[in-house]
Amino acid sequence: MSKRIEVNDLNVYYGDFLAVEGVSMQIEPRTVTALIGPSGCGKSTFLRTLNRMHEVIPGAHVTGTVRIDGNDLYAPGVDPVLVRRQVGMVFQRPNPFPTMSIRENVLAGVKLNNRKISKSDADALVERSLKRANLWKEVQDRLEKPGASLSGGQQQRLCIARAIAVAPDVVLMDEPCSALDPISTLAIEDLIEELKQEYTIVIVTHNMQQASRVSDKTAFFNIAGAGMPGRLIEFDDTTTMFSRPSVQATEDYVSGKFG
Amino acid sequence: MSVSIGGRTPRKQASNALADAQLPRLIELWLLIAAAIVVGGTLLLVGFNLAVWAVLTAVVYVIAIGVASRLVENRRKAVDRVVRALVTIAFLLAVIPLISTLWTVVAKGIGQLNWTFITQTGAAHFDPTTLEVTTAPGALQAVVGTLEITGIATVISVPIGLLTAIYLVEYSLPSSPLRRIVTFLVDVMTGIPSIVAGLFAFSLFALIVGPKAFSGLSAAVALSVLMIPIVVRASEEMLRLVPDELREASYALGVTKALTIVKIVLRTAVSGIVTGIVLAVARVIGETAPIFIAASFTDNFNANPLSGPMQTLPVLAYTGYKFPGHDIVASNQAAWGAALLLVILVVIFNVIARVVAQFFAPKTGR
Repeated sequence: MSKRIEVNDLNVYYGDFLAVEGVSMQIEPRTVTALIGPSGCGKSTFLRTLNRMHEVIPGAHVTGTVRIDGNDLYAPGVDPVLVRRQVGMVFQRPNPFPTMSIRENVLAGVKLNNRKISKSDADALVERSLKRANLWKEVQDRLEKPGASLSGGQQQRLCIARAIAVAPDVVLMDEPCSALDPISTLAIEDLIEELKQEYTIVIVTHNMQQASRVSDKTAFFNIAGAGMPGRLIEFDDTTTMFSRPSVQATEDYVSGKFG
Repeated sequence: MSVSIGGRTPRKQASNALADAQLPRLIELWLLIAAAIVVGGTLLLVGFNLAVWAVLTAVVYVIAIGVASRLVENRRKAVDRVVRALVTIAFLLAVIPLISTLWTVVAKGIGQLNWTFITQTGAAHFDPTTLEVTTAPGALQAVVGTLEITGIATVISVPIGLLTAIYLVEYSLPSSPLRRIVTFLVDVMTGIPSIVAGLFAFSLFALIVGPKAFSGLSAAVALSVLMIPIVVRASEEMLRLVPDELREASYALGVTKALTIVKIVLRTAVSGIVTGIVLAVARVIGETAPIFIAASFTDNFNANPLSGPMQTLPVLAYTGYKFPGHDIVASNQAAWGAALLLVILVVIFNVIARVVAQFFAPKTGR
């Protein structure tokens, strides 16, 4: 299920503006990689290039390569729709579809693509995905209620269930806990720990403790100044990054001297 | 001990430092009644007039409540009460013409409105033995004409308008020249006088089928010229209200752009779009001039929109007064009946739209 991601000399542009410059990293299968760094340093932008979601913004484009198990996402003829079916995404703010019930939200990836699925398969998929997202016990009696009727933390887990219901290889998470309380955050962090068994996970976070709790590898991004491109400063094992980083800026950031 | 809050001193020594003197709770009602009686009494001496009485009562009330509040309470509350009175008066002024119109239509039309009037074609019968012409009131031809012409106009306008809105919101870039041209043209179309739309449709059909171009279809084309910009505007607003987060969530599931638009964007916005379409229908269903030009008018029953003059309710109301038949009173009454029927139709459409919008609205209940 999970796959290796190789990023090689990636530059991301918004129009003529170079937003992220020269990123190269290897993300191993079945690991959690945390992207940390101050606001505006290009973490989210970089994350979105891993499933071509940055293309939603007009004028955004990249140079360099992103390979998932050897297949370049940016080779000519690659369909971004297919890429996104393999690389799922969870957003900062929980965004369940307001017109759909909890059950329909989980099945959204299947139903929206007009794929046929039998009732029993659908029931099984809903149960499996919600169980994986640690939400099944809380919602099993009210699957037909609207997705928006859940609390923020439950909505975010519903969004995770929705993302993994399409069976992606990689799950990208863009600050998935920043809108949640500590209890819900804990639930999601436990979930990430479990999802790691099957999926490759890349998570953007502003919470240093969260990065050190959930991730195997940590990447520190920084920006030299306003209008300058964001860069990958250091990428290493999380324990190394938080105990004895090799770059001074990383140490200053993780120890709270700035940012 | 005198307490000063923000530089103001309570007039009375209240036991609570935060409390201030207050006028009695129902003071506004009592003052209004007092103003009405005083003004009414004064007017009785010089000659009573309902309008003058209402206006003077309002003026006296506003002054009285302001002075009373200023004396007993404080400046801020006095201003509050005066402004509140002015806002209420403005609201009443805005509602008066509406209620008056509705009242007139209902009062004059209700006597005319019965099942026969709706289900029978109005016609004049000449009786050869008595040489008398009797006019049978009826609006069936106009009801059918209104529904057909408005229906065809809706069928033409909604796809064009909705697809234009989808292009503007989902496909065109903000800098695209085509988008600016389309937006500009839609703005211009919104301002087209309806009579121009009627002339356009009639001359268009005259080019195609010759000088006797009266038909329901050409009236429907005229109405759709008026309707398209309204549908575009309303749908565009509704589509823009759909959060980008939902589009992104859909893309991130590997859903194509087309399916995202159909199943997420339109589905989320549908209740607002339906409301917009019904408002557009309500706007054109009462049009008289373009239909009068493009479909002419007739007392004959004609359900074929492709040829021949067609009657609609607003045109029936217009002709009933402007070109009455042999029995002038009956024609005028038929005009009022048609007006009332039109109002009822619009109300029915609005109710249906509300039910539909409610049904499709995103659900948030627990």
